[in-house]
Amino acid sequence: MTDDFIRIDHVTKRFGGVAAVDDVDVAIRRGEFFSLLGPSGCGKTTLLRMIAGFEFPSAGEIYVEGARVTDTPPHLRPSNMVFQSYAIFPHLNVFDNIAYGMRKARLGRAELTRRVEEALAMIKLDGFGARRADELSGGQRQRVALARALVCRPKVLLLDEPLGALDKRLRESMQIELRQLQKTVGITFVFVTHDQEEALSMSDRIAVMSAGKILQVASPRELYEAPNCREVADFIGEINFFDGVVTRRDGDVAQIDAGPIGRVQASIGDAVGAKVLVALRPEKIALSADPSPGAVSGTVAAAAYLGERSHYNVAIAGRDEPVSVSAQNAEKIVTRGHAPGDTVYLSWAADAVVILPSDA
Amino acid sequence: MRKKRGAGLFAYAILYLAFLYIPVLFLPLFSFNDSVFIVFPLTGFTTKWYGQMLADGAMLHALGNSLEVGAVTAALSTVLGLLAAKALTRYRVPGGAGLLAFTALPLFIPDIVLGISILILLNAIGVPLSLLTVIAGHCLICVPFAITVLMSRFDGFDKSLEEASLDLGENGWMTFWRVTFPLALPGIISSLLLTFIVSFDEFLIAYFLAGSEATLPIYIWGQLRFPYKLPAVLALGALILVASAVLVVLAEWVRSHGLKERQHTMVGA
Repeated sequence: MTDDFIRIDHVTKRFGGVAAVDDVDVAIRRGEFFSLLGPSGCGKTTLLRMIAGFEFPSAGEIYVEGARVTDTPPHLRPSNMVFQSYAIFPHLNVFDNIAYGMRKARLGRAELTRRVEEALAMIKLDGFGARRADELSGGQRQRVALARALVCRPKVLLLDEPLGALDKRLRESMQIELRQLQKTVGITFVFVTHDQEEALSMSDRIAVMSAGKILQVASPRELYEAPNCREVADFIGEINFFDGVVTRRDGDVAQIDAGPIGRVQASIGDAVGAKVLVALRPEKIALSADPSPGAVSGTVAAAAYLGERSHYNVAIAGRDEPVSVSAQNAEKIVTRGHAPGDTVYLSWAADAVVILPSDA
Repeated sequence: MRKKRGAGLFAYAILYLAFLYIPVLFLPLFSFNDSVFIVFPLTGFTTKWYGQMLADGAMLHALGNSLEVGAVTAALSTVLGLLAAKALTRYRVPGGAGLLAFTALPLFIPDIVLGISILILLNAIGVPLSLLTVIAGHCLICVPFAITVLMSRFDGFDKSLEEASLDLGENGWMTFWRVTFPLALPGIISSLLLTFIVSFDEFLIAYFLAGSEATLPIYIWGQLRFPYKLPAVLALGALILVASAVLVVLAEWVRSHGLKERQHTMVGA
């Protein structure tokens, strides 16, 4: 319990009769970059707003550093927020925006100026203090919002899709900057996003949400390599699903008949006859023009050259949907690619297969 | 064909503007005319009516009453409108839409009906008529204007600005003074000007509720019986016209200035 910096204890939030957040129970650790990931309407922003104090739970408790803050108003909480719209005060210049939260600290003019200038340097906007809010670009507004929140030295920084309004290139460079900034200041970040790549590249841990519930909390690698259900596997990256049935058990290891792709083994507890879902990422599948023992044969239905890799749809017997395969273009020899109509052989390492509970 | 239709529209616009403004322009014109009778031809230039107006204590007293009622009504209905507009745009008010329609209802009741019914009520509960009762009556018709002007202003700025202030450690009151008030200021000024004007030239309700006092419209109405006093009324009318024009230009400037600022906020959002 000691490293439970923020504790969301069975929190439910209902609007009217509908539960936007449904019995969420999760602990966020001190100093980590924690992301709430999910499609729009999954309740991630509502959860963040409850941590900030803009919404209050219908049931459950919220603790920050062991102190109960469930019904504490926002101005008394140790958190600060970066809003999706940035919420830069249009009637104040950049300096006064950043200094806004320090009125209560009653700093001297010199100390205040020093801290604001320090913050401006941190976001690389030195000398921008006198600019008006409407003279800033989207990226600059985002940085000012960040500085305005961090200058208050919060225990937690809450970020509500802060990169959503930026164009792709700027977003990518801000992802790296934000991650570095978090490492430097060492403050716990709670980051809301619907962009799975963004969450994977920035977070220490991610909570995947859907329909008000948390499906899985794990590191980016674990989420990708070992999702715990079909929805998580489907939401994070691309994946092929095959229906399977447990046919035999040898101690811990189950033999699974996965129909068109043959037999696979896995250490799962399911009994003989249990239905499971066999999942295989496109890049874990190797394509070859030559047959090999255990390989599944198929026909290339579509091929797309994407620069560093190529993407293939391979039709195999016994499956209506083609199998999605991603191959690194490691060799420069273009002729090594496969063309539509070619017969190819699919193979994969035994541990590349993920077994999930069947949703049938 | 096209050109002809354009010319027709142009003539219509000119006629419309002439109908709108020529009668109003007679006011300053005859206020400088050296004759008690308001008829053409003009007989000569004079400023004596202005002198007569300034010497008319009763008229100046009525003007003072009107300014007082207008100022208090403007301040009171703008404060009430501000509270209502903030509640209706920022909080989930049960039956908010119905409430809004209900407060706007006095605009659709004829003023003469409103004036009589308030008079009956005040008599029934024994409240003496005074400028205070006029102010109460004027607030009734001015609050809906204030709510409308201020709601459009509140709708124009991002709700998360106020949340950001709360988040940065300011409580509700400080958030109001540091964020809501400065951002709503153009709307507040428009509302003050608009409600002042509405109160200043309101006749019917004031006529019923003023008791022994007179506001300017009531005083002018009374003077119409005495032809020799009319030119002084025209002089006063001309001055009010100039003051109104200045106020309208000012209100429009504040409004468009506010709009420009709002567009900047929208771009950033």
